[in-house]
Amino acid sequence: MSFLEIRDVHKFFGEAHILRGIDLDVELHQVVCLIGASGSGKSTLLRCINALEIIDQGMIRIDGERCSGSGIDVDALRQEIGIVFQSFNLFPHMSVLDNITLAPRKVLRIPMDEAEDRALQLLARIGLADKARDYPDRLSGGQQQRVAIVRALAMEPRLMLLDEITSALDPELVAEVLNIVRDLARDGMTMMLATHEMHFAKEVASKVCFLHEGVILEEGPPEQIFGDPTEERTQAFLKRIIDAGRL
Amino acid sequence: MNELGLLVGSPSPRRVGRVLTYRKAAVVSLLFPPTGIASMYYSLKSAGLARKGEVEPAREAGGKARDWAWYSVGIGLTVYVIAFMAYVLFNNDGAVRIVFFAWSILSDRRSWVSLLKGFWINVQVFMITEVIVLVWALVVAIVRLLPGKACRPIRFLATLYVDVFRAIPALLVVSLIGLGFLQAKVPLAGDLSDMQYVILALTLTYGAYVSEVYRAGIESVHWGQLAAARSLGLSYSQSLRHVVVPQAVRRVVAPLLNDFIGLQKDTAIISFIGVLDVVARARFINNSKGTLAGYSMAAMLFLLVTIPFTRWLEWLQRRTQNRTQGGR
Repeated sequence: MSFLEIRDVHKFFGEAHILRGIDLDVELHQVVCLIGASGSGKSTLLRCINALEIIDQGMIRIDGERCSGSGIDVDALRQEIGIVFQSFNLFPHMSVLDNITLAPRKVLRIPMDEAEDRALQLLARIGLADKARDYPDRLSGGQQQRVAIVRALAMEPRLMLLDEITSALDPELVAEVLNIVRDLARDGMTMMLATHEMHFAKEVASKVCFLHEGVILEEGPPEQIFGDPTEERTQAFLKRIIDAGRL
Repeated sequence: MNELGLLVGSPSPRRVGRVLTYRKAAVVSLLFPPTGIASMYYSLKSAGLARKGEVEPAREAGGKARDWAWYSVGIGLTVYVIAFMAYVLFNNDGAVRIVFFAWSILSDRRSWVSLLKGFWINVQVFMITEVIVLVWALVVAIVRLLPGKACRPIRFLATLYVDVFRAIPALLVVSLIGLGFLQAKVPLAGDLSDMQYVILALTLTYGAYVSEVYRAGIESVHWGQLAAARSLGLSYSQSLRHVVVPQAVRRVVAPLLNDFIGLQKDTAIISFIGVLDVVARARFINNSKGTLAGYSMAAMLFLLVTIPFTRWLEWLQRRTQNRTQGGR
């Protein structure tokens, strides 16, 4: 039994059939990269896993426990699963420190000073301790995204979902964000990444999945997917990436 | 087509070296001679210099002609508007001034004391109503935005309330509730004071308006904020309370303030159901002295409260903006 089991998941947005039967297993400490064109369902799949979207058919299990369908405790589920968005979504009316401590204080009921100590430790680890009292608008995009990652980590999740977290960043800021992800991978965090950074996927992924029109067309170790893809669609996709100079 | 191709096109043959003398602007600005003459002087100078081929000084003079033409607009219009008002005020042997600002009444201490007593009622009514509306309207707005099929009936009820009370003139609501509830011994509200009825009526009316302001504010907060809050494990109500509503309220301070100024003025309606507020007392003064100066005095009292209130809230808003937005 895998840590995360996704079985025959379907999702509709009105008439549009976005996910058309996704099957995927993620083991503990694995880093799974989802690649594929825009609209192939990468983001939707991540959002379904932590129940930001309700799946229309299928089953998702974490550690053997059902975490989709009716009667599940979504708030408890989301404490186990951190997600970081392309657009950071920091809370602009709160300082960096408050952004990070809000959920630990309100959800886990950790006392203020304890939550702040922990947040400051995390910020120190990513080199942003001096920004603790600043508001998000004063930070660069890369700094904001690093804070967003720390905000998710503060809940001590068992699974992290990263939804194209470098796509909104200026190129020179991408590395500082990816470095944190690399550190997390080394520390053994279980992660799923939707990404367009193929170099990075090649480097950190234990498994790469190519999504096309709502199904996982091909999955395997990065050497195989990037080096010797069997599906024609995967080959075409990778060729476009190489033509654009991105691999 | 040249060899640069379709996307680039051919180099422009136009010149950028024209001299602008702003002749038309200068002519129009002569309608206010003090600055208009200066504008015309520079415009002519610019044209003269341009004829001599001194392009740079000509441009400089043209720029000055333009600046002075704008002064004509800004200063000239102001002077003429004020002059017109003075003309109205002092024409007909000062009849306008006597009707609205009769000095003998304006300087009468007893009138002011009486009006202030009445105005205190208005102040109490709008202060209490504003506090209640602030909470009540937020409740209505949140109910209208409750998600899911299950909440459809209560959403509908809240929508109906807003539609109804926004449509009925405040004067009618105050009259119906202020006079009717007592007469009909309405359950829970059959035996209140006039002031309590007025507060109830104005709360219902302005609650409907303000709930729409809140709703617009809440809807303007990007859905990603709610997604981020929920994804951290906060419940729906926690997300609203800590993330969405605080941002929404900051964004709607200006329209909220607008509605509250409207409310402050609408407290004048309560004189219709026999409460001795500032307007009712002003009417007494007018009737006994045969002028409208009582209303002018009441108007001054409203000004005295509303304008500082506006400035204070603007200052408050600027302060929060400076704090959360980058001052780079």
